[in-house]
Amino acid sequence: MNRTLILAAEGGHNPVVPQLAEVILGLVAFLLLFFVIKKFVSPRFEALYAERTAKIEGGIEKAEQAQAEAQRTLEQYKEQLAEARAEAARIRDDARAEGLQIIEELREQAQAESARIVAQGQHQLDAQRAQIVAELRADLGRTAVELASKVVGESLEDEARRRGTVDRFLNELDAVAAPASK
Amino acid sequence: MTDVVLASGDKFVAPGVADFFLPPIFGSVTKPMVLLVLSILIIGAFFIAATRNLKLVPGKFQFAAESLYDFSRNGIAREQIGAKDFKPFIPLVLTIFTFILVNNLFGLIPIVQFPTMSHIGFPLAVSLLVVYPVYHFVGFKRHGFVGYLKHQTIPPGAPWFVLPLLIPIEFFQKFILNPLTLAIRVFAAMFAGHLLLLVFTLAGEFLLLNGGLTVIVAPVSFAFAIALTFLEALIMCLQAYIFALLSASYIGMALAEEH
Repeated sequence: MNRTLILAAEGGHNPVVPQLAEVILGLVAFLLLFFVIKKFVSPRFEALYAERTAKIEGGIEKAEQAQAEAQRTLEQYKEQLAEARAEAARIRDDARAEGLQIIEELREQAQAESARIVAQGQHQLDAQRAQIVAELRADLGRTAVELASKVVGESLEDEARRRGTVDRFLNELDAVAAPASK
Repeated sequence: MTDVVLASGDKFVAPGVADFFLPPIFGSVTKPMVLLVLSILIIGAFFIAATRNLKLVPGKFQFAAESLYDFSRNGIAREQIGAKDFKPFIPLVLTIFTFILVNNLFGLIPIVQFPTMSHIGFPLAVSLLVVYPVYHFVGFKRHGFVGYLKHQTIPPGAPWFVLPLLIPIEFFQKFILNPLTLAIRVFAAMFAGHLLLLVFTLAGEFLLLNGGLTVIVAPVSFAFAIALTFLEALIMCLQAYIFALLSASYIGMALAEEH
């Protein structure tokens, strides 16, 4: 043992003077412990720390991603909603315009129809009138000829008879004209 | 152990240096040697068991080990060495801290009751043969031989005329004094603390057994011994912390770019 200095202390030990055996043992023990800690303990803890850091960072990143995703979806929905609104407005406008058009068309149709009906009535009337006129003209000619022949046939008869003839003619004319006016 | 010293008789024999050098247990193996070996077994087993199955969310046991590790890593190593360089020194700082701490605490554990570090050989082994070479080695490696000598002995901003005085002082401090004071600090604290506890405990016992009326004062002595035990507990932890802190600080200073 390394005891170069011996004081009057009991047992001959001086507490300030190191004992070589203790120094060597202390060093060896320390280095052994150091080896164990360096080899096994520290790397495990460091790995744990790294894992923890990664986990936390990963969690944050994940949350950020989720938030971005949510934001994107929201934007999408908003866009879709706006689109749907625009679509609805467009459809409503279209419908209104179409309705107006239909009304317009119907009105035109009705007008055309009424015009057609009026025209048809007019036409019918014209035709009837023409027919009546034609009939009358034919009748009038025939009766005029008849009258004339009768006038010639009884010219020399007396006035009373003449009058009678004229009356008869007029009656006949009435009788002919009456069914024709119906 | 203490009974050996307390020679039966009327005269109170104050505890002394001899109480720190008990006869060997067997061969030349003494109690502090056994304790030292025990300490590294305890620490090693504790950490290996605690780190066997590390979880992201720690349990109680892992939390305890992690607190120790975290304290050495972030509280001491990173603070003193700096966030850039501290990683390789974490195991060293953790070893120093736990090694000194457990060996100190042996002074309080019943039956064991002997702070290993009150034998100067053990702290000296750590400071002179581990910390000292390590910090000078990393310093020389970082700054080069001359660069490191300059770096360590010439504080920046010192006026030139004090340099002749400053350089020897700094050199003496950095290359001779630091490792010695590091060891002596913890040794002296443990030695004195243990001696104090011995004095009060033995005095109490003596008063209780040998006195007539002095029996009344015995409880006071024991009360002091208990109070001092708490103080010692604080000092033991503190000394372990200081030892690790200063070791890291020396490494940090050796590595620092500029002061």
